[in-house]
Amino acid sequence: MSTATKSKELTKQKALFEYLVRLADDRLILGHRLSEWCGHGPILEEDIALANIALDYIGHAANLYEYAVEIEGEGRHRDDLVYFRNDPEYKNLKLVELPKGDFGFTIARQFLFSSYSYYLYQLLSDIEDEQIRGMVEKHFKEVKYHLRHSREWILRLGDGTEESHSRIQDAFNDMWTYVGELFYQDEVDEFLQEKNLAADTASFKSDWKDLVTDTLEEATLDVPDWNQFMVEGSRQGLHTEHLGHLLAEMQHLRRSYPDADWE
Amino acid sequence: MKTFQERIDNGETIEPKDDMPDRYRQQLIRMMSQHAHSEVVGMLPEGNWITRAPSLRRKMILLSKVQDEAGHGLYLYSATETLGASRKEVINQLLEGKAKYSSIFNYPTLTWADVAVIGWLVDGAAIINQTMLARSSYGPYSRAMVRICKEESFHKKQGYEMVATMADGTPEQQDMIQDAVNRWWWPTLMMFGPHDENSPNSAELIKWGVKSKTNDELRQSFVDRHVAEAHEVGLEIPDDDLEYNEETGHWEFGEIDWDEFWNVVKGNGPMNKERMKARREAHENGKWVREAAEEYARKQKLSKEKAS
Amino acid sequence: MSKENENNSEDTQWPLWEVFTQPRDGKPHEHAGSLHAPDAEKALENARDVYTRRKEAVNLWVVPSNQIVASKGEDEGPFFDPADDKPYRHPQFYSVPRVSKRRS
Repeated sequence: MSTATKSKELTKQKALFEYLVRLADDRLILGHRLSEWCGHGPILEEDIALANIALDYIGHAANLYEYAVEIEGEGRHRDDLVYFRNDPEYKNLKLVELPKGDFGFTIARQFLFSSYSYYLYQLLSDIEDEQIRGMVEKHFKEVKYHLRHSREWILRLGDGTEESHSRIQDAFNDMWTYVGELFYQDEVDEFLQEKNLAADTASFKSDWKDLVTDTLEEATLDVPDWNQFMVEGSRQGLHTEHLGHLLAEMQHLRRSYPDADWE
Repeated sequence: MKTFQERIDNGETIEPKDDMPDRYRQQLIRMMSQHAHSEVVGMLPEGNWITRAPSLRRKMILLSKVQDEAGHGLYLYSATETLGASRKEVINQLLEGKAKYSSIFNYPTLTWADVAVIGWLVDGAAIINQTMLARSSYGPYSRAMVRICKEESFHKKQGYEMVATMADGTPEQQDMIQDAVNRWWWPTLMMFGPHDENSPNSAELIKWGVKSKTNDELRQSFVDRHVAEAHEVGLEIPDDDLEYNEETGHWEFGEIDWDEFWNVVKGNGPMNKERMKARREAHENGKWVREAAEEYARKQKLSKEKAS
Repeated sequence: MSKENENNSEDTQWPLWEVFTQPRDGKPHEHAGSLHAPDAEKALENARDVYTRRKEAVNLWVVPSNQIVASKGEDEGPFFDPADDKPYRHPQFYSVPRVSKRRS
């Protein structure tokens, strides 16, 4: 249970703000990792594809942060959330902050995250908040494409050469301990779910597992053990050491000149 | 039958399967592949700041701009392929150090202001060059340029917008942007190449309708436009000899340091080695990915053939 | 142009494809450009990423470049001239009474 949220009385406003920030942080940090590929992809076409997906995520995050500060109502700008929060205030999943690794690692993570997002967005398109529904409607098309792009790559890398098979298998094995958290829910989720303002991720967990299992099997890959030890704590701001470095890089210019306008 | 030169003089467009002198083909392959390499290597200096952009808006603009450059490299490689030079072949020439790319990308981006100034000056220079090339006699090159010019129209604009914001910003921002202008002004002037009398390719390319203006003419229109824009936002151009000539209506400017120019062309610029290293690493790290996709396609084809 | 489509064991840049985009519903597909892809599915995906970044298309075709058959420059005469003798194919050939617009 989150100590940060437990100590405070939850209100719709607080819970929704927290929920939007979690969604946004996942997308911003993953977008950041993908943007690191720009100029370094395996072939021009894929360089362009990865930059496209990075842009989608950062754009989704921007919309979510904007709505979050609007809900908060304290006159903050979306960039305040991006540039002036420290590691423990970031609520993204550890899965998305791990270094980009090789192309296999990047694609394995893309597949797990975009298949998860695919089910998540289906539910979000039905919740009782017009603004979130509007956002989701726009983003969902892109999410569907992210899934198609990454799934097709999993098939090619898994059933490609011996080298690609072992690289993509290693990638899944290495990140597996971080996938449990995708389905972590706490009182913020429960509070909002009662008002139909949040998605119940438990409801699609088995569908998601089937999709992952089917895809990996089609790609001649082994599905790692679902029951292995899974790390927790991301939604309470407990991160890997990697996030600090990522934020240092992302925030340093903006923080070095806090009074400057860059728009 | 009209001769090739008659077709050119007649303003006709040359298409891939048309007869063309071998020298025309070779010159175009050289020029277009260099142009393609420049787009791709050009992603690196700006790409250096994507993860550090100071606002989400700036981050998204920069990422989409650098991504556009990958697209433009791709269009240009495709156009070069119509002349019989495969992408693999010309990329290998780059990676082996046999091909050139625009020297401007061998300078480092040291502060965020460099990103603004690249958009304003470097893209400003590129637009002048590319607008001319959009009327090139070779169809695929000209069509690629039309598409690129259309897409790049926002590149310079976003740069100049940022230059203006910083020039109107805090004292630190003003110093930062002036410093960037001081470092990029002269290398940008060098982008147009040697003086006409030292540019043997230029006359030939003009004769063949690939280019329609000389290096010095293009450089002059760049200077005229950008001096005015600099003054508009209160920035100084680092050239003591800069003077407006009322009679010609042009800005006269000082002599370029041609030793520096040739030195960077020969590979001794501040970032030549690192740029090539980054391209080679991307290529080598991507090899297993390209191979896997091809192997998968081969297997799929085989199993389809078996099934039918 | 066929060289790079040969599948050799050496590292390649993948085969070349031609991309056709349909700008709007009901409009014909137009040649947008080329790209490299290992197979048809990835060619479609790459075409989306490369040629529709600014929403330029509602539909895409991809065709392996080595499957395109083009007429040659030397064909110009016999291939395209016949139309010159058939003015009746062009609407300008016909003079018809002008119908004055009437309000219904």
